[in-house]
Amino acid sequence: MTSRRAFLIRVCGAVSVAAAGTAAEAQLPPNIAALRKAAIEEAVRKVVGGARLRRGRVKLELPPLIENGNAVPLSVTVASPMTPADHVKAIHVFTEKNPQPNVISAWLGPRAGRAAISMRARIADTGTVIAIAQMSDGSFWSDRVEVVVTLSACLEDGLI
Amino acid sequence: MARVIVNLPKQARRGEVIEIRTLVGHDMETGFRRTQLGELIPRNIISRLVCHYNGVEVFRAELHPAIAANPLLTFTTVATESGSLVFRWSGDHGFTTTHTATILVV
Repeated sequence: MTSRRAFLIRVCGAVSVAAAGTAAEAQLPPNIAALRKAAIEEAVRKVVGGARLRRGRVKLELPPLIENGNAVPLSVTVASPMTPADHVKAIHVFTEKNPQPNVISAWLGPRAGRAAISMRARIADTGTVIAIAQMSDGSFWSDRVEVVVTLSACLEDGLI
Repeated sequence: MARVIVNLPKQARRGEVIEIRTLVGHDMETGFRRTQLGELIPRNIISRLVCHYNGVEVFRAELHPAIAANPLLTFTTVATESGSLVFRWSGDHGFTTTHTATILVV
């Protein structure tokens, strides 16, 4: 038996999802996927320059299934001794589907003791999240995680 | 003045790695949202956090609109000497706020 309250919640949900969907389609350019890919590549290139980006040493942790994209707990740890000779200089995080790919850039040093930061991010849509660590020897290491977002940040306003 | 909460141990052993958790009350308006009339709400975010330990910079972060409202940021530092940690946030429309925490290193 469906209560009146449950019924209303379901109807309101369906209407808002439909409205958001049409609004999003109306505002987004048709080649949005290509634009987003170019934007994230450009953002990564700005950080990495011409250097080689290798997988490993970095561990990016966030829930694989995100119910609310407005506040996603996200942490990055890097395997590094954090000595003056060998430490992590910077950690950068990017998301694929946000209007802007950058999430955070953090600069640490040997005085951090451990290369570990955490924050809460907004993630707009199902896609890839990338963390890049810049080491003191000039090498770049990365980790990427695929996430599924059920309620996205920004969707309510028609701009994924 | 924004509400700030900084959480770190009051006392630490020399050389110990301490975890610092910071939280600021701020909307972090992305600049991508619209009002019901369709006008863009201008961006208003905290874009920077700098942490100085006894005058030496130990941590700096640049935040973007993809950081959730009320930005929470956790990082670590080595407890080298007793003294103060000064946290300074700055952002759009001239937003700045600072917080000072003291630590006793034994």
